[in-house]
Amino acid sequence: MITVEALTKTFGPVRAVDGISFELAEGEALALIGPSGCGKSTTLRMINRLIEPSAGRVLIDGVDTTSIPPATLRLRMGYAIQGIGLFPHRTVAQNIATVPRLLGWPRARIAARIEELLELFGLPPAVFARKYPHELSGGQQQRVGVARAMAGKPAVLLMDEPFGALDPITRTRLQDEFLAIRRRMGTTVLIVTHDMDEAFKLADRLAVMEKGRIVQLDTPEALLRHPASAFVESLVGSEDRGLKLLSLAGVTALMQPATGWTAEADGTFRKAGADASLAPLSASASLREAASRLVFAGVDELPVVDEAGAMVGAIAMERIIAFGGGGR
Amino acid sequence: MTEEPTARPVPEGAAAEGRGLARLCAVAALLAVGFAPFLALQPNRIVSGEGFALPALPAAWLGLPLAAVLAACAVVAALAHHAAVQALAGAAGALAALLGAGLAATALLPAGATLARVSLGSGFWLIIGAFGLILADALVKLRGGPLARITFAFAAVGAVLVVLAAGLWNDLSIMREYAANRDSFWQQGARHLVLVGGSLAPALLLGIPLGYLCHRQAAARGAVLAVLSVIQTVPSIAMFGLMMAPLAALAAAYPALGAAGIRGIGLTPALVALFLYSLLPVVANTVAGFAAVPPAVVEAARGMGMGPLRRLASVEWPLAFPVIVTGVRIVLVQNIGLAAVAALIGAGGFGTFVFRGMGQTAMDLVLLGAVPIVILAFLAAVVLDAVAGRARGRPA
Amino acid sequence: MIAQRRRLLRIGAAGIAVALFAVMVLAPEAFERPLAALTKFGQPAIYDRDSILALTLSHMGIVAAASLAALVIALAIGIFVTRPAGAQYLPLARAVANLGQTFPPIAMLAVAVPLTGFGARPTLVALFAYGLLPIFENTIAGLKGVSPQVVEAARGMGMTGRRILREIELPLALPVIIAGFRVSIIVSIGTATIGSTVGAKGLGEIIIAGLQADNLAYVLQGGVLVAMLAILVDLGLGFLERRARQPRSA
Repeated sequence: MITVEALTKTFGPVRAVDGISFELAEGEALALIGPSGCGKSTTLRMINRLIEPSAGRVLIDGVDTTSIPPATLRLRMGYAIQGIGLFPHRTVAQNIATVPRLLGWPRARIAARIEELLELFGLPPAVFARKYPHELSGGQQQRVGVARAMAGKPAVLLMDEPFGALDPITRTRLQDEFLAIRRRMGTTVLIVTHDMDEAFKLADRLAVMEKGRIVQLDTPEALLRHPASAFVESLVGSEDRGLKLLSLAGVTALMQPATGWTAEADGTFRKAGADASLAPLSASASLREAASRLVFAGVDELPVVDEAGAMVGAIAMERIIAFGGGGR
Repeated sequence: MTEEPTARPVPEGAAAEGRGLARLCAVAALLAVGFAPFLALQPNRIVSGEGFALPALPAAWLGLPLAAVLAACAVVAALAHHAAVQALAGAAGALAALLGAGLAATALLPAGATLARVSLGSGFWLIIGAFGLILADALVKLRGGPLARITFAFAAVGAVLVVLAAGLWNDLSIMREYAANRDSFWQQGARHLVLVGGSLAPALLLGIPLGYLCHRQAAARGAVLAVLSVIQTVPSIAMFGLMMAPLAALAAAYPALGAAGIRGIGLTPALVALFLYSLLPVVANTVAGFAAVPPAVVEAARGMGMGPLRRLASVEWPLAFPVIVTGVRIVLVQNIGLAAVAALIGAGGFGTFVFRGMGQTAMDLVLLGAVPIVILAFLAAVVLDAVAGRARGRPA
Repeated sequence: MIAQRRRLLRIGAAGIAVALFAVMVLAPEAFERPLAALTKFGQPAIYDRDSILALTLSHMGIVAAASLAALVIALAIGIFVTRPAGAQYLPLARAVANLGQTFPPIAMLAVAVPLTGFGARPTLVALFAYGLLPIFENTIAGLKGVSPQVVEAARGMGMTGRRILREIELPLALPVIIAGFRVSIIVSIGTATIGSTVGAKGLGEIIIAGLQADNLAYVLQGGVLVAMLAILVDLGLGFLERRARQPRSA
């Protein structure tokens, strides 16, 4: 667990970070989000002491980080940055081995860890382990960067705009992969980003920063439903707030028992009395996808199926509309 | 992109920036003033003599105040809070050492001794070096533009010339050597410039078009640059030697050429060798200069309807020019040094004094050749750096 | 395919050059016939006042001693001024290195003689002092050229400053440092030749003897030997430089 208490950094007369406090629980993902210059990167870098705080303190599992030598402290915290910073003269495997080697792991354990991480990130070790960074695509480099940051099984993974330099399609795919890996490994993550969609997608809670202070620290849903200020409201986006809210919840949350639907031979379903049959919605879909399908098909109800294709319920437009509400 | 303040160390006020070096130099200057031989008295021009540190000069009325002035300059330079003060202290120290050396030499020279010589000791050079560094450090901190640096360089050389012209150094051995070689000094100086200029001009005339050609023809580029770098690798004395054989053969085969001054020794082989050395920097920098022109700019010029010649003259050339000037600077500095070696094959120049001095073990004759070479190279570097800086459109 | 053939060609050319050089050093008499054409009045065609091998070894020894010392010192200073503690000296160090290179090698030699006397010593001093500058300049360029993100990542992962220097910065700067060493040693081979005028034992002796006796055969023999030595060293270091660059841009 990471505890940040009244952390402050002044550069000359400028208070880049102004007395911020938060807690990061085991297994939690917290995003620091805000515009350029709001102090989010400085905060992150004070946690692993790449920048020494002017005031306040950071505790890791109750221990003040200033009592740990910086290099030792950083070995316990993974660090992935936007520019990736892969070592160009070392192979993918050697890059990933950096922290385990510093930790003095035995060779066999390091080799096993490299293999495990490469598999996890969809980079077959036989193909990629011996490649040099310049032989990889941007997305592959970024995967190696994150894998390298996770290699030493850090207590917390610090990420600074880790997917920032990628094209939108690659970025979305990497975010999905990373989310799955994080859920599987239970990694504790502190991520800095200026991309609200990325924060909503990857983080359990968001700390919205403005001019060195945290102006709101809440779950994505609470931020959307009750933004604390006009600044937060502008940041979460006023036009598509409803859609963002929908993307936070899955269809199963609003599903009701399916009545009157019959399965056809080709995997589609037909509502009693309708002339056309419809493709069902996957149970893993978000409410946003459900709404999109409903609008596109021009119907007010769709069947929901599990992975095996068996019908588990139905989702109706009126319940989706009721999911919002309260906003102005 | 995060544009947040990063871990860059914040300077604690510009005044404190880099005081360590001034202090180090000041300590070196103090030690040199106190203990290193400032001047040496030689029984004649060849035998090495007895050294005197400033406080130990027989003429204590001069030695002690001079030592005090130099020490004061060093202390002020070390403690100066402002770079301008440090610069003044450095300049004052260097000037005091310069004037003091002449006066002390006169005082040290025994009356009526015709063979005795007074030469500059390691203490003098250390003091000049230390104050020079203090001054250079201050100028770096003051961040003067190229024009300021030119002014300063010429002012420094001018100050030395004034001291010399006033006859203040006439009792120093190096000026005795000058007096003995007064006419040939200026002749060899002119010859040195002929060697440098006479090789640079054809190198520019041939090298720049060749560089442009290499820029356009990727196939030619590799071969031309490879050949030129091999030439550059050949040591100068070997090159001068190697030039002798074919030119001697040419002159023997075609007497007309021999009559026109083409010979195995002398000016011709030296000019050819220096010309060959000059080609690589000129061609390589021309290629680099044109390669650095952004393709988008050329494309835009083409899009606006400029023809190839027009594009070259008004877009590519001006953009490539600063890099080419950098190449010219390399050539000029390099040739001023290499031309000295040409004296070995009878081409003349300041090198004549260097090698004659070495042959006679007369060190002040060596210096009479070496010092002007260093000054010429230094001035050429400062001036061409300034030209390149201006061409780049921002004071460098 | 083409790259491979070019590499073979290069290796072949280098092999022939090394063999030729070896013959010139070990069995100089082999060239008596062609060189004799350049002599007049029955001058000897092959330098015989000292063994060519001894002169070559002495020449290489002086250059190696001075260049290695310059390498060590230049690296140390270059590393120092790129660390936070030495950063304040960086602008000045750059200015001094830049101006120092305007100091012609021959002038350096001329100035070293009054300080150290005749023999190998002034040559060693001059080669050392002049050799420092290109290595120093390239050490700085190489270390400063390492991507700040790479260093930041290394620091963020818990590498100590010394470790980052040893495992990240120096290996990445190595090709540029070797390039500087290459320039330095080539200049040194040439300057050591001039050093023969002040009594350093080396290949310059042959050329100077030839110039003094107006014996073109000596001049040519010495000139070709020095030139080949320089070219071979240049080729060898160029090979090392490319090797050091390889993993990143193969």
